[in-house]
Amino acid sequence: MILSVENVSLAFGGVKALSEVSFDVKQHEIRAIIGPNGAGKSSMLNVINGVYHPQQGTIKFRDKAFKDMDSHEAAALGIARTFQNIALFKGMTVLDNVMTGRNLKMRCNFLQQAVWFGPAKREELEHRRAAEEIIDFLEIQHIRKTPVGRLPYGLQKRVELGRALAAEPQLLLLDEPMAGMNLEEKQDMCRFVLDVNDQFGTTIVLIEHDMGVVMDISDRVVVLDYGRKIADGTPDEVRNNQKVIDAYLGVAH
Amino acid sequence: MPIEVIFFLEVLAGGLLAGVMYSLVALGFVLIYKASGVFNFAQGAMVFFAALTFVSLVERGWNMWLALVITLAVMVVLGLVTERVVLRPLVNQPQITLFMATIGLTFVLEGLSQLIWGSQPHGLELGIPDVPMEWLSQKWNINISQFDLFAAFVAGLLVAVLAVFFQKTRIGRALRAVADDHQAALAVGIPLQHIWAIVWAVAGFVALVAGLMWGVRNGVQFALTFVALKALPVLLIGGFESIPGAILGGLIIGATEKLAEVYVGPMFGGGIESWFAYVVALLFLLVRPEGLFGEKHIDRV
Amino acid sequence: MLYREAGQFKSTYAQDQQIFPIRQDRIAIGLLLVFAFVVVPLIGDQYWLSALITPFLIFALAALGLNILTGYAGQLSLGTAAFMAVGAFMTYNFVLRLPWLGVIPSMILAGLCAAAVGIVFGLPSLRIKGFYLAVATLACQFFVLWALQRFPWFTNHSSSGVITAQQIVILGVAFDTPAEKYLFTLAIVAVMALLAKNLMRSETGRAFMAVRDMDVAASVIGIPMMQTKLLAFAISSFYCGVAGALHAFCYLGTVEPEAYTLDLSFRILFMVIIGGVGSILGSFLGAAFITLFPIFLNLASGWLSHGFGVEISHAAVSNLELIIFGGLIIFFLIAEPNGLARLWQITKEKLRLWPFPH
Repeated sequence: MILSVENVSLAFGGVKALSEVSFDVKQHEIRAIIGPNGAGKSSMLNVINGVYHPQQGTIKFRDKAFKDMDSHEAAALGIARTFQNIALFKGMTVLDNVMTGRNLKMRCNFLQQAVWFGPAKREELEHRRAAEEIIDFLEIQHIRKTPVGRLPYGLQKRVELGRALAAEPQLLLLDEPMAGMNLEEKQDMCRFVLDVNDQFGTTIVLIEHDMGVVMDISDRVVVLDYGRKIADGTPDEVRNNQKVIDAYLGVAH
Repeated sequence: MPIEVIFFLEVLAGGLLAGVMYSLVALGFVLIYKASGVFNFAQGAMVFFAALTFVSLVERGWNMWLALVITLAVMVVLGLVTERVVLRPLVNQPQITLFMATIGLTFVLEGLSQLIWGSQPHGLELGIPDVPMEWLSQKWNINISQFDLFAAFVAGLLVAVLAVFFQKTRIGRALRAVADDHQAALAVGIPLQHIWAIVWAVAGFVALVAGLMWGVRNGVQFALTFVALKALPVLLIGGFESIPGAILGGLIIGATEKLAEVYVGPMFGGGIESWFAYVVALLFLLVRPEGLFGEKHIDRV
Repeated sequence: MLYREAGQFKSTYAQDQQIFPIRQDRIAIGLLLVFAFVVVPLIGDQYWLSALITPFLIFALAALGLNILTGYAGQLSLGTAAFMAVGAFMTYNFVLRLPWLGVIPSMILAGLCAAAVGIVFGLPSLRIKGFYLAVATLACQFFVLWALQRFPWFTNHSSSGVITAQQIVILGVAFDTPAEKYLFTLAIVAVMALLAKNLMRSETGRAFMAVRDMDVAASVIGIPMMQTKLLAFAISSFYCGVAGALHAFCYLGTVEPEAYTLDLSFRILFMVIIGGVGSILGSFLGAAFITLFPIFLNLASGWLSHGFGVEISHAAVSNLELIIFGGLIIFFLIAEPNGLARLWQITKEKLRLWPFPH
């Protein structure tokens, strides 16, 4: 059990985003979180990675329990994520964006960097190598020096994945990684997600709307509706669950 | 009443009224920011330009009301030209670019005003004397200037009119839409260019009123452009998008600045007015980063 | 034709990450440096050196400092002149009260003082953003200037308030003549520009740009917000402080608060905007433009009056200068918001193809 969400409740003012949600994530698995719009899926990811602090409940990551973890503590612990609305640094190139993912591994202070020759240069080149491996893996070598703001949407999502991977995370949170993509792009992205899980052994939690993708690549699924968990199991179990079908078809409940 | 209390009340009243004058200038900023998202640094230069035009016309023998109308027309034309030459080519550029453009505009206006009308200082008379109100000074021994009260009244009237304009009229609503998002406003068919021209013209009118008030107070001279700098802490406290905020912020800044000048200043050897308002605003911001009535910007990731 | 990269392959990351990856650029920079260090002092006219080239270098350094804060880290600041003032005054005081330190250590210490002031007035940036921050930096500008005038310790209790900067003496060698002051300034500016470039292409630079582009995301991926923003303020103020020290010691010759008004802060901001936000080269280009501009205008008006007998009064010239200056700023912002640096980049790209059109 690499991640365990226990009884988490989150409210914004009077709006309850999450109500007593509990589930776990096994190491190396691909876990999907699905649900109709407004179900609280993004909020759940935000809680896991410390952007929001729940009023109730705890998150257990690798045997350490948290309630009030800061987002960069989460990053330091090995949780990386991508965002629904691309959160790339638009003024920087692809290579630079991926390199920012390595920031937690860089040790040299600014004075050493100003001098450049010596430890700073060595460190920079070593991390450049790591970033290039990820760029290779994601097949974006041809655009590595392009400012990210100029890239089409699909490629930007890939770069964002690259930035998250650059941190060599143990747990990767993907917020709608296939949103807005055509069939080909989705297939490519699925391939990358599966490869990440296979080759790097990263545990993945993803939010996705495309049922085909969810059923194909995930090991287990959690279904949220109106902030509550309504189903939890393998894709087949969830697909045939009446409550899930009702939620998606909008049957009054 | 003991003399210290009377003195305190006088200082306070003076500060509040000075604050109203600051608000007048801040109002121009708020109008433009609210409607076009542009932080118009040239507001001070506009105040100066309006005041200088009016005073120069009057000195050349023109009737006061005629001069007023003509100056108003000039400010409107200025607004239209600004929209056409500066704003239209910069649609949807980041805010800092527009801000820098208004600084450029400031220089143009400053140079233009002095090129056309010369650079000597002028006095300005509007018929209301800057003497204490007699019944206040006779009854309670408090000296508060008639002119200050008049300025406060004018400012209050202006604010009421503008507030109604923004909240109740169709154009006001369009202005608020434009301030939120240029492209979205264009997409629903709001005529951006007309709106901006209107707003800058109205801001020009506000600048004229502010210019007249300040002109009587301090004379019409180049230093008038710096009055805009005093309005900035007002904006910080009141929020950049709020008309009531401009008034409230002005009152707060005016009062605290005057009180500090009189009671705290001597401890520091005087001259603290240059920065006191800013530090007050800064401390205020630490508690409320968007000002009293400013809109909270929530960064959604 | 000359400016082709054909045949220049990079086979290591180190080669790819050089400051000047194209060989022709390296040659050009080398020649430029030789020209600047060797030729200019020999042929340079006294007036040009002291009134034009040295101040250009000094303002370029200040613009560099501001660019680090505003261009790279996205924190808009209008208090640049105040930091320069701190650098100038503190260098004077260190040289005066600790003469055994020497000029360069005094300047470094003064820069550190400016950095400290920068950190204090940069603290609000943790809560405030954008224009609110810019206006807050005005508090710094006004307060620092007031403090320097109010407390006589800074001016060594001088009665006139204007103090003369001391002579620069390093290891017994005095830097008195315009040419010597120019070389002193050039050396310092060149070294600091190199350090800045190294810094901006390393993790620090990336962290700054991340904070500028989307600070929430930066924080989420692990970049520490407070340290990064305060570091930006500190480094930027250090650079402005050193520039201020050079301004007093190698240009004005005096240390006075009136030289560091809000007007100067705006001028330096213009250099950054016109030269190119987020670009080291841009700082130099912008400084060159703004330093040369008034000279150019004066020449033009002189030419007009001699060539055409059109007399333009002095007041009119300075007003025209304001108008044209403002107009140019607006023009630049419309035509090329990324400044001269971008124009230079486009020129170089065209040069690669020249004489072919595409």
